[in-house]
Amino acid sequence: MAEIRNLTMNFGPQHPAAHGVLRLVLEMDGEVIQRADPHIGLLHRATEKLAESKPFNQSIGYMDRLDYVSMMCNEHGYVMAIEKLLGVTPPIRAQYIRVMFDEITRILNHLLWLGAHALDIGAMTVFLYCFREREDLFDCYEAVSGARMHATYYRPGGVYRDLPDSMPKYQPSKWHNEKDVARMNANRQGSLLDFIWDFTERFPANVDDYETLLTDNRIWKQRTVGIGVVSPERALQLGFTGPMVRGSGIAWDLRKKQPYDVYDKMDFDIPIGVNGDCYDRYLVRIEEMRQSNKIVRQCIEWLRKNPGPVMVDDYKITPPSREVMKRDMESLIHHFKLFTEGYCVPEGEVYAAVEAPKGEFGVYLISDGANKPYRLKVRAPGFPHLAALDEMVRGHMLADVVAIIGTQDIVFGEIDR
Amino acid sequence: MSEILQALADNCREAFGEAITNAGIDRNELTLEVKRDELLNVCRLLRDHPRLAFEQLIDLCGVDYLEYLKEAPDRYKEQKLPRFAVVYHLLSLRHNHRVRVRVFLDDDMPIISSVNDMWAAANWFEREAFDLYGILFEGHPDLRRLLTDYGFIGHPFRKDFPLSGQVEMRYDEEKQRVIYQPVTIEPRVLVPRVIREEGFGGRNT
Repeated sequence: MAEIRNLTMNFGPQHPAAHGVLRLVLEMDGEVIQRADPHIGLLHRATEKLAESKPFNQSIGYMDRLDYVSMMCNEHGYVMAIEKLLGVTPPIRAQYIRVMFDEITRILNHLLWLGAHALDIGAMTVFLYCFREREDLFDCYEAVSGARMHATYYRPGGVYRDLPDSMPKYQPSKWHNEKDVARMNANRQGSLLDFIWDFTERFPANVDDYETLLTDNRIWKQRTVGIGVVSPERALQLGFTGPMVRGSGIAWDLRKKQPYDVYDKMDFDIPIGVNGDCYDRYLVRIEEMRQSNKIVRQCIEWLRKNPGPVMVDDYKITPPSREVMKRDMESLIHHFKLFTEGYCVPEGEVYAAVEAPKGEFGVYLISDGANKPYRLKVRAPGFPHLAALDEMVRGHMLADVVAIIGTQDIVFGEIDR
Repeated sequence: MSEILQALADNCREAFGEAITNAGIDRNELTLEVKRDELLNVCRLLRDHPRLAFEQLIDLCGVDYLEYLKEAPDRYKEQKLPRFAVVYHLLSLRHNHRVRVRVFLDDDMPIISSVNDMWAAANWFEREAFDLYGILFEGHPDLRRLLTDYGFIGHPFRKDFPLSGQVEMRYDEEKQRVIYQPVTIEPRVLVPRVIREEGFGGRNT
């Protein structure tokens, strides 16, 4: 009789459903997974080591490139760690702007997740719808920072600049005539806040559209219900955070439990799942988008009424305005020192964590008093999630691996760092 | 907040006694320094003691203290730190508090017990610390390299490992394959590392 052996299969690193560069070595018995061994590190850029050789401010841009679908949340974690070491509190308006952009980022991230996850399991339409909405949010990023993705907008002591009073507008071209352009510019007549407000008016109906396509869809449910079940105990053991732990029924959200910036003034709810399967995690993230929408609206209302500074007034850590710099010698020196040497941060160590869309994004920063970090450790939420992949896929079919990778919301920028 | 933290620190001192060498609160964060041999006992208590109840291991990382305070004036370098440390960040969902546990290791043989049995999340974190710092975790089921290339030599996050690495890779036309060779990039420092004292960046500011 022929010997029956498990089949070893290589999944990725070039597989579109691997969400980047995941190489997965699967040991299979027929079509059932016996063991999954993720090989990661193909996108390892040693961000933490690079940060050790640069002044603090120059690494903010690296943070965008960690989890490259939730850019500003990563910046937030890093900037908060520096502020904690320096003992600086950003002005209240900057805190509102940060909360607003954190939530915009959350919507951005969940939209990409939803589109990609649905695409992996075979629903094409949702992907197109999600990217339509993402486009508007990228325009917000662009209006405020000049970059559509890698914004580098948050700075220690506040945000880089205040919200703009006008939105960039489309120009007529040979593809779009005057009438088209007038229609496309209809919601861009006012300030950035008006534009975001208009988005939040439309967005709940858009989420309803996605739900019409998926929530009661028979195929969607067959692919997600009962797949990748994680019990609450295991979720804690495995270090899950964010929607992964909430999907298992644990109401844990740093925005509520350990509020930072002005989250304690916001009115929102934390959705939790019941069964801890892929479907529950899908429902949790859908509801999180609605709640984020609610938070963004509260922020807009406050920001409209309360103008004010968005940076602390300490030229040791924030640059003086160009105008002052041109006529004041001392400001010029501050500017020069800040952009060449940077600032020295008191000796010590801190851990700052934010609730990023994927879970707890933590930054552990050790400073020995120099102008560069001594050690920076980024606690990426996706890292323990992917580590648990082996446990989650055991006993499932090959096709379910794709569903489980999707539900974990894997992004390699943050896992490989 | 600080009273809760103080109470937590007192609880820890009471529960661990001799096993911890220091329990200090800095910037609203509690750090326990634990003797290497006592790590597993301390961790078990941290997880199971009803007043501590740290169910989650949030983060685990290695630290290399080789060049710590290198640029500082001599009077700050009163004590020499051991070179390697492992730092654990724990979170208690029940009591909503965090703690940091630091264990210093021997310079020449950095080895420590694995906490993989206590918190399953430690598995990959320990593999990462092994990969980047060469810290050995005794009792780890599968201590392989995680982030670096297959066949990589050295531990890249150690302070004596150059930023641009030791080897570079390129395609060789003659041999018709990819080869490794010593790096050709000259390392350069654009901004020197400085520690300034006057009211900023000093030890007691």
